[in-house]
Amino acid sequence: MVDKDSPNSKGPDETSSTKDEWPLWEIFIRGQHGMSHRHVGSLHAADAKHAIKNARDVYTRRNEGVSIWVVEASNIAASSPSDKGPLFDPSRDKVYRHPTFYDLPDEAGNM
Amino acid sequence: MSDTPSPLFEFLLRQGDSALVLGHRTSEWCGLAPAIEEDIALANIALDLIGQAKLWLEYAGEEEGAGRTANDLAFLRDAYDFRNLLMLELPNEDFGRTIMRHFFYDAFEVPWLEALSASSDERVSHIAQKAAKEAIYHLERSEDAVIALGDGTEESNQRMQKALNDLWPFAGEVFRDDDIDRAMHDGAIAPLPSSLQSVWKMRVQSALQRAYLTLPDSEFAHSGGRVGFRHTEHLGHMLATMQFLQRAYPGATW
Repeated sequence: MVDKDSPNSKGPDETSSTKDEWPLWEIFIRGQHGMSHRHVGSLHAADAKHAIKNARDVYTRRNEGVSIWVVEASNIAASSPSDKGPLFDPSRDKVYRHPTFYDLPDEAGNM
Repeated sequence: MSDTPSPLFEFLLRQGDSALVLGHRTSEWCGLAPAIEEDIALANIALDLIGQAKLWLEYAGEEEGAGRTANDLAFLRDAYDFRNLLMLELPNEDFGRTIMRHFFYDAFEVPWLEALSASSDERVSHIAQKAAKEAIYHLERSEDAVIALGDGTEESNQRMQKALNDLWPFAGEVFRDDDIDRAMHDGAIAPLPSSLQSVWKMRVQSALQRAYLTLPDSEFAHSGGRVGFRHTEHLGHMLATMQFLQRAYPGATW
């Protein structure tokens, strides 16, 4: 597609801002038996509605999904790889935080 | 094969051939579309249409009763035996024309297939119900794309206007009722195509307006594809590519 304007452009004359690419969207799909949406990949699209359609065509061709979330990639705040040490190392030696020291009753269902 | 094919056979060929020809044209975009997301979407649509063609042509072959399969009908008939709309056999030209053509077709197919879902012919009804779901998605996609491209850049707007001007003389063919349509209507198998024209035109006009595109001021409509009287010169070339394998290696299978 050659449309490069924002989805809110008012008419064909407003062509001053010419971006070369549609923005990037991160795609989350909830599968048939899944309890939550999972990140499956990313794609380009002009706006959110377009991104959902593209996600449908790119990521649910084989009947994978029952629900789609899309998030513009620039709206995602991410931790920095250089902070890995302080962020994640301290939890390494705290095995008691894993719920493996007691039995979970079946009635509790999915945790 | 009987001397005069039944009206139902002709009707089923029209359904199947239009889906097949547009499906093949759409498949020509594979690997060439302007963005990979559009490429995949078009390939999906092409597969939907070819799947629909298979269902219609299977039924056509059974109705004919001469032992021809969907594959025989698709790959072993020549251009003058095809019953597709002329608009659908035109070359893709550019992405704009492809999108505009899909929009014209989808805007007809949605109300058409919804009406066929209530057909007195159970098999027609079943095929239509399956195809209608696909068509609703196709229309959502093509309508949004027409609006986005018309209301896009100066170039995209001009290309869409050109696509509209080029295709408009072909858009009316589907609404010209003939004896086959009247026979289907009498048997409650299908509505008269002309009865859907105002719904179609309203939807098309409203989208084109939002797309800043101007509807050509002409009611002229080419015809001849659906009734098999005369195709454009493009269909033969398309079939030469589409049918090559079965012609060169008769009966070849996977």
